[in-house]
Amino acid sequence: MKATVYVTLKAGIHDPQGEAIRQSLSTLGFDSIQGVRVGKYLEIEISETDPSTTEATVKQICEKLLANTVIEDFRFELRAS
Amino acid sequence: MNIGVIVFPGSNCDRDCAHVVSDICGRQTSLIWHQETSLATIDAVILPGGFSYGDYLRSGAIARCSPIIEVIIQFAQNGGLVLGICNGFQILLEIGLLPGAMLRNQDLHFICEDVYVKVENASTPFTNRCESGQVLKLPIAHAEGNYYTDPVTLSALQANAQIVFRYCDKDGYPTQTTNPNGSLDNIAGIQNAAGNVLGLMPHPERCAEALLGSEDGQKIFLSLINSLTTDSSSIAQHPIAHETS
Repeated sequence: MKATVYVTLKAGIHDPQGEAIRQSLSTLGFDSIQGVRVGKYLEIEISETDPSTTEATVKQICEKLLANTVIEDFRFELRAS
Repeated sequence: MNIGVIVFPGSNCDRDCAHVVSDICGRQTSLIWHQETSLATIDAVILPGGFSYGDYLRSGAIARCSPIIEVIIQFAQNGGLVLGICNGFQILLEIGLLPGAMLRNQDLHFICEDVYVKVENASTPFTNRCESGQVLKLPIAHAEGNYYTDPVTLSALQANAQIVFRYCDKDGYPTQTTNPNGSLDNIAGIQNAAGNVLGLMPHPERCAEALLGSEDGQKIFLSLINSLTTDSSSIAQHPIAHETS
């Protein structure tokens, strides 16, 4: 199966990188941009066919390595590869 | 006494730490490759600064997968002294030996400069050669040193004197303008609740000899050595000078 994982800073955690991008967009004239949050996107191939087993595996790898749950949230989508 | 310095791919302050321990402080040190699985002959562990695994994913995140990490966790749980400097501090946060996490510096810059830090707790195994409230001038060099933790943990750190170092001005006052990276409560270094694990962002190994302009950092290493010596009077008041050969 294939997993797409999104790791994002938790709400309320200051994101200076996102803020710098927002300011740059404002400089380019995109005045309607209110806020930007930067995160990570990962594509993962898993040699599993059972969705529930895969879900458990992906949740585990997110918690153990891909996200630092002190400051980051994660979510993911699964599909057959 | 043998102080182990862990070497990850991308560590770059490992030899500096070993130099300070062996050549400046005159104690045995061992460089330990991260693939090792034993600390049997080691009395204290230093996780040095650098860019372990190129800071991929997050600073210190990949290092937690190294075989030596489980051994270090066990070592710390048994009361062994563990000192993490800069990237070593980030690794200690990632492996959960210290609470919290590092965010990008507030202004997004990689900051490389001397800063003043106040010794908030001089009763730790890593600061017992400092005076309480003493101001040290130490260099920092990092892009992710913006310490963050939840309010409950921060209160616990404050209440238990776990905040060991805070960024301050030269007179010891922690202010907004002397906070280089946006760290909560000007935190530059913290210890765990048991008091045997310390992480700090400044680099004491880079200012441990007069030749480099300051000896302030030497106090951290001498404190650690002092803690490992049952008879503290045997520790030389003046460290053994580096003998050139």
